[in-house]
Amino acid sequence: MRPRGTGEWLAYGLLYLSIVLVTLPVAAIFFILVSRGYSAVNWEFLSSAPRMGMRAGGIFPAIMGTLLLVLGTIAIALPLGIMAAIYLSEYSSRGRLNRLIHLAIVNLAGVPSVVYGLFGLGAFVLFLKIGVSLLAGCLTLALMILPVIITASEEALQAVPQSFREASLALGATRWKTIWNVVLPSALPGILTGAILGVSRAAGETAPILFTAAAFFLPRLPRSIFDQVMALPYHLYIITTQVPNIPQKVQYGTALVLVALVLLINASAIVLRSYIRWRRSW
Amino acid sequence: MMPRSGKRRQFKGRHKLTERWFEWIIERIIQASGLLTIVFIMLIFAFLLKNSLPLFKIYPLKAFLIGRDWYPISAPARFGLVPLLAGSLMVTLGSVIIAVPLGVAAAIYLAEVARPSIREAIKPVVEMLAAIPSVVLGFIGLLVLAPYIKNLLDLPTGLTAMTGSIMLAFMALPTIISISEDAVSSVPRDYREASLALGATRWQTISRIMIPVALSGITAAVMLGIGRVIGETMTVLMVTGNAALIPHSITQPVRTMTATIAAEMGETVQYSEHYYALFSIGAMLFVLTFAVNFTAEIVLHRFRGIRR
Amino acid sequence: METAACIIDVNKLNFYYGKFQALKDITLCLKPHKITAFIGPSGCGKSTFLRTLNRMNDLIAGVRINGKVLIDGRNIYAPDMDVVELRRRVGMVFQRPNPFPMSIYDNVTYAPRMKGQSRGLDDLVERTLVRAALWDEVKDKLKVSALSLSGGQQQRLCIARALAADPGILLMDEPCSSLDPVSTLRIEELMQDLKSEYTIIIVTHNMQQAARVADYTGFFLSGELIEFGDSNKIFTKPDDKRTEGYITGRFG
Repeated sequence: MRPRGTGEWLAYGLLYLSIVLVTLPVAAIFFILVSRGYSAVNWEFLSSAPRMGMRAGGIFPAIMGTLLLVLGTIAIALPLGIMAAIYLSEYSSRGRLNRLIHLAIVNLAGVPSVVYGLFGLGAFVLFLKIGVSLLAGCLTLALMILPVIITASEEALQAVPQSFREASLALGATRWKTIWNVVLPSALPGILTGAILGVSRAAGETAPILFTAAAFFLPRLPRSIFDQVMALPYHLYIITTQVPNIPQKVQYGTALVLVALVLLINASAIVLRSYIRWRRSW
Repeated sequence: MMPRSGKRRQFKGRHKLTERWFEWIIERIIQASGLLTIVFIMLIFAFLLKNSLPLFKIYPLKAFLIGRDWYPISAPARFGLVPLLAGSLMVTLGSVIIAVPLGVAAAIYLAEVARPSIREAIKPVVEMLAAIPSVVLGFIGLLVLAPYIKNLLDLPTGLTAMTGSIMLAFMALPTIISISEDAVSSVPRDYREASLALGATRWQTISRIMIPVALSGITAAVMLGIGRVIGETMTVLMVTGNAALIPHSITQPVRTMTATIAAEMGETVQYSEHYYALFSIGAMLFVLTFAVNFTAEIVLHRFRGIRR
Repeated sequence: METAACIIDVNKLNFYYGKFQALKDITLCLKPHKITAFIGPSGCGKSTFLRTLNRMNDLIAGVRINGKVLIDGRNIYAPDMDVVELRRRVGMVFQRPNPFPMSIYDNVTYAPRMKGQSRGLDDLVERTLVRAALWDEVKDKLKVSALSLSGGQQQRLCIARALAADPGILLMDEPCSSLDPVSTLRIEELMQDLKSEYTIIIVTHNMQQAARVADYTGFFLSGELIEFGDSNKIFTKPDDKRTEGYITGRFG
């Protein structure tokens, strides 16, 4: 159907314009990051520690720190999130409590990341006396991505056909054995997709680890979970705002690596998702 | 195992006691983790309060809420929230003005106008935008946008409320676009067909039927976008200039509540007046975002209820 | 003779979904080692009734039940009844074949494994699949996904899976409604074959099927059991006008 009259042409024109205004800057951001950053990224940059007050050398400890934070976060958040989702999808009835929990999840998802940082500082670092450490950072980030994991897991569990549950229960399996042997295996790929998306958010976050885990400069890997770590997003913040005279090439290179890391995690989730769609046979 | 033919099998009694215990324990654990989210949200609030209330024993609550000066390390220290709140509100308002029309229009385009192939090409772009870490947006704002704005408007610095608003608009866009698009495309097909069958043009159908029906969903999308923007930290910390002054214009530097916490917490003495003051800001932020998100969720829930 | 006793004894059973009463005052007695069929138009309550016998309705929120269902003389709605134990005693085959997305072998051994049995499974799989008339078709691909089987094979696998739980009673909820005529015939033969060891209760919308396989037939209408008795009698000279109307095709 073609637009009629000048008014409609204008309206459609504005809609097209809006999509250009949304997509063009995204393209520009990626173009700038790649064109100015790629020359800094080489094997030495990825595999060595910063030198000369972070003005030279690489970002290896920051990359590893972020990976460790991500692994620890998922190790804490995934089991908790899956269990909460199992409760919502398999055990609770659709009553008031269920609604209350969903409200809590939505609000947990809306808590500002810096407030998670404050909570992590108050609760884990000081109250539980864990100190500024990998562990405190992981706990804080885990709390932050919990809503994402619960929501994705609940969706995946509800996509499992009811007939699987009925068949298992009718065979005399208990409720938990039905969940463990039939429901969870069918939902697992979907759960993992959601978990990976949650974790990609954790990988890029700075504010929650500011006061709980991140080290300004620590040119080695942490020795235990009670050690501080460098992290890629925090490192980018430091070298762009806190340390003077850092070559722009290093800054853009660091930003590019961070974005690439986050997108890589996202891409793996997307690949996993399409693999499930392709393989699903019910 | 095969039937002892012809013999009638009876119940074998209850299944094993250990198995029943195991089941009972698992169910309790799962129930507990279901309730954990409620516990967590209360814990967060409790810790924020616990670490902020001591401030008001030494510093009056009223002076905190309406004080116009934020001088945390002068003597005597002044903890006036107003400049920070004003900074947050100004940056948020600016980004809403940019992101809402843009996001809603993009959502309508994607849901109603775009061909499927174009929609499939644009959605990943929006998802990629959502995936960019806020520190990277801050970085781009600092190194690319700020110098540009400085030259364009001939300002003493490019680190202004406006710079923050523009970058934060990008943070809010994915939320606004995806939830609005959901709302528009979930309007029942019958409405659209009925309108078209009555001889309305496609634009008339969109503007008179689709948007009004989806309006509460779009409202919720906007609110969730606002919730994200108010709470955003790293981007504003890097691009708004961080001057704790009550702004008079969008081209002045401002300092938001989030940026204040992020910038100052590292240098405070634990359990000092300043430390408590920063937690007080955190508690304010929590209440603010809670109100916004809670309302948005109620609106969205009702919208979905109507749709069914 | 045992056959005189009721293996399932239902007494004044009422069933409600919220305010809607789906079953009204059902009273009947089912004999062991017989096939009993329940027929009736859709929504008459026959499937609901079947699902009260292994308490599958427990899964639905807002359900209320009163009256008694005695199996082996025990009230299965008594508070001390263990639902898991009940379902091991009363197996069920569903309308649509619903094998788990696992191998054929894992499907058959599911119930024994749930009971904690880990030995003799290979043997059990063979015997059960032979019993379900599926062995020859799948013996070379036991580790293959059950979803790769045809619809008729999947349904026989579901029967085998139920048999492996060693129930004495087998509930079948329109087990052939999604199968082709050849597969249907094979399942019906299988039911005749299983009769010597199992008490079979089948719900079907297909009257010819009920007439072919069932020793006893019950006719449900709007939640009431209108008539129950010997299949020959129900299908040739029913007592109730409504039964006659249904059988001769005047409604439903």
